[in-house]
Amino acid sequence: MADLKSNFLGISSPNPYWLASAPPTDKEYNVRRAFEAGWGGVVWKTLGSEGPPVVNVNGPRYGAIYGADRRLLGLNNIELITDRPLEVNLEEMARVKADYPDRALIASIMVPCEEAAWKAILPRVAETGADGIELNFGCPHGMSERGMGSAVGQVPEYIEMVTRWCKQYYDRPVIVKLTPNITDIRKPAAAAKNGGADAVSLINTINSITSVNLDTFSPEPSIDGKGSHGGYCGPAVKPIALSMVSEIARAEATRGLPISGIGGVTTWRDAAEFISLGCGNVQVCTAAMTYGFKIIDELTAGLSEWMDEKGYTSIDQVIGRAVPNVTDWQYLNLNYIAKAKIDQDQCIKCGRCYAACEDTSHQAISMSADRVFEVIDEECVACNLCVDVCPVEGCISMEPMAAGEVDPRTGKVVNPEYANWTTHPNNPMAKAAE
Amino acid sequence: MAQGQMAPGIVSGRLSSDELTSNFTDLHPPLAPHEAAVAADRCYFCYDAPCVTACPTDIDIPLFIRQIQAGQPQAAGQTILEQNILGGMCARVCPTETLCEEACVRETAEGKPVEIGRLQRYATDDVMASGAHPFERATSTGKTVAVVGAGPAGLACAHRLAMLGHDVVIHEGKPKPGGLNEYGIAAYKSTNDFAQAEVDWLLKIGGIAIETDSVLGETISLEGLQQNYDAVFLSIGLAGVNALRADGVDKDGVRPAVDFISDVRQASDLADLPVGRNVVVIGGGMTAVDAAVKSKLLGAEHVTIAYRRGRDAMGASRYEQDLAASHGVRILCNVQPVAIHGNGAAAEIELEYTASHDGRLTGTGETVRVPADQVFKAIGQALDGAPEGLTLDGNKIAVTGAGRTSMTGVWAGGDCAAGGEDLTVTAVAEGRDAAMDIHAALSA
Repeated sequence: MADLKSNFLGISSPNPYWLASAPPTDKEYNVRRAFEAGWGGVVWKTLGSEGPPVVNVNGPRYGAIYGADRRLLGLNNIELITDRPLEVNLEEMARVKADYPDRALIASIMVPCEEAAWKAILPRVAETGADGIELNFGCPHGMSERGMGSAVGQVPEYIEMVTRWCKQYYDRPVIVKLTPNITDIRKPAAAAKNGGADAVSLINTINSITSVNLDTFSPEPSIDGKGSHGGYCGPAVKPIALSMVSEIARAEATRGLPISGIGGVTTWRDAAEFISLGCGNVQVCTAAMTYGFKIIDELTAGLSEWMDEKGYTSIDQVIGRAVPNVTDWQYLNLNYIAKAKIDQDQCIKCGRCYAACEDTSHQAISMSADRVFEVIDEECVACNLCVDVCPVEGCISMEPMAAGEVDPRTGKVVNPEYANWTTHPNNPMAKAAE
Repeated sequence: MAQGQMAPGIVSGRLSSDELTSNFTDLHPPLAPHEAAVAADRCYFCYDAPCVTACPTDIDIPLFIRQIQAGQPQAAGQTILEQNILGGMCARVCPTETLCEEACVRETAEGKPVEIGRLQRYATDDVMASGAHPFERATSTGKTVAVVGAGPAGLACAHRLAMLGHDVVIHEGKPKPGGLNEYGIAAYKSTNDFAQAEVDWLLKIGGIAIETDSVLGETISLEGLQQNYDAVFLSIGLAGVNALRADGVDKDGVRPAVDFISDVRQASDLADLPVGRNVVVIGGGMTAVDAAVKSKLLGAEHVTIAYRRGRDAMGASRYEQDLAASHGVRILCNVQPVAIHGNGAAAEIELEYTASHDGRLTGTGETVRVPADQVFKAIGQALDGAPEGLTLDGNKIAVTGAGRTSMTGVWAGGDCAAGGEDLTVTAVAEGRDAAMDIHAALSA
């Protein structure tokens, strides 16, 4: 059995799965249940400054979008940071950490962008025995209107400043949680690094309205006929998160900066993907909120099984393995040529590939009177749309052509050499370089 | 040339080999990967799932289905086998319609449960196809345990004991191990000699020896086993058949249904197996349905199940009843046999209508005659050959806790022990749990 032990920033946990700062980690009761179920760690729901806690709406906080069979694909929320007194949270954190010394317990914090506020809360958090802190610069609703959360995360200078304060007044690892509601994720990540952050975690939720009620014309979730944008999460946001993680993992300014991956992790495979793109661990929320804490059994068993299959004995051997393969478009090999291939034995003759290709792509699939669908190699540009819309996994595949074969579409011999856009004759920049 | 359905008497070769082959294929063919993906996606991963509660072996069903969803059928198989080492056979023979699938919330929602049984087969087949055995033996304890009977309970008990480091010898009276998995299960539920393949796979754990043709009360005795082993587990099943009380039961053509089912399972060529033109099966359980359906599949023209109570009281599930009906078997309820007529061999059975008053069954006096050249008795099996000195509970070996009999050092489980339904899956659970109890006793 592969060893799933995780050591992220010197914080050890029995597996690399932490529950993200969110409703599942709002209080002692939930966190104890999570640890009993087998979770490696938690990021405690975000603490605010001392004083009267924030209040939440008293109507729906969540909205959802579904796939077929009402499978929850995306969740949106307008819940704020913890609405329980700071003192209560700190006491509970200390108790839980003392009872579960082998699990990671991280405090998420969001206080006003003033040095005094951070200086005041950090020693209190340190007293709980928490293993580290996560700075919530991501929350995109409610708190951002008060100059906190993503309002800070959208200004790299603020990130750097606050991170520096935290490193000054707190001696354990500082993780900076980033908002995806920006144009270039590398900038806030670099700012965090410059401020001395030990790691970044991403992504926080994305501004979203899940639906509009067409009777009342209120966005959902609706509070007395009005709706506000919420933060979007769940399987639907994973591709956005993977891309942002990879950008930080391969950018010169941030390369090597530890990353805690967040965004739609639902099965072991999602976790393995985040880790291979450079994450030292992953954080989970929506999957737990959808299916309960018990999913940790599949997450751990699955990752371990896959590592055994591949011969990896520790998480460290997986971290970042896919990063060297993330590149810019301009470096993709233009001499790589593939063609779609339809396995007639698996084909159920629905014709979705035909509709997609005929109506919206390259007219590269033929349809016979008795509903046999075949690829026309002379037209196929290997765009993959037919594969993506086919309901039967593995029925249509993309098969690379061997060097020396003639591509029936272009009439050109497949060149074994790698060649990309930077040297392509059609590239005016390439010509200018000559 | 096949003799056809109309040939009189009990004859072989009613159908052609091709027809027989097609009739005896898998009742539930295995799921292809695409089918499995679609079926698995329907599972809701319920909290404290009703399907698990309904499973006698407590398989973590939502977890194994989620593992299939996540692309790891082998991991799913391991989840199943950890709880139920005969998960492959149970996937084929469990009456899921009265167990996990009846409890499935999608049965409530849509009348169409998640296909748990077939998904379980998909996962366990994947493990067995890989040839790997996912369990390892603990260091040897030096303790030895005798298991009597290589049926589901005995095999499950032996595997768990071997895994815990004990050395096990299974004494089996028949020439082949497997018990009812080998000799009793309907042939269309366990094809391709699956029972033996599963036993071979199970034995890969090591530390288990099987001695066949080793019969309790003949070649071995309980006293001898107690002297030679540190513990004994009895899983001897129900070797006897309940007697049918009616005139003419000694006529030719009248026999126990279990013997017929065993013959079908052991036949090297189904074309050699004789079956009547007019078959009547007495009883209302799954054995009755199996015998009736098999008769039909072998080419009998008319097959009737005669059951003394109403349909709701039948031991066979509604699904099994429908299976029989879909094969053209007639189910005659509220009738009891009074006589079998015929000159030396059975030709007709005389049935009397019954009425139930306050749960008591009485004959109404009105009778009906049904042509019957072959009559199968499927009115239950009984304990036979149990060693002297064991306390009985009704007609079965009395047990307390996890299969402890009245004798110290002797455990019992499966059909021969009191309590629990007589199902493969129940036998597995009892064998497994007795093994844990034996282990605790031997480790004390």
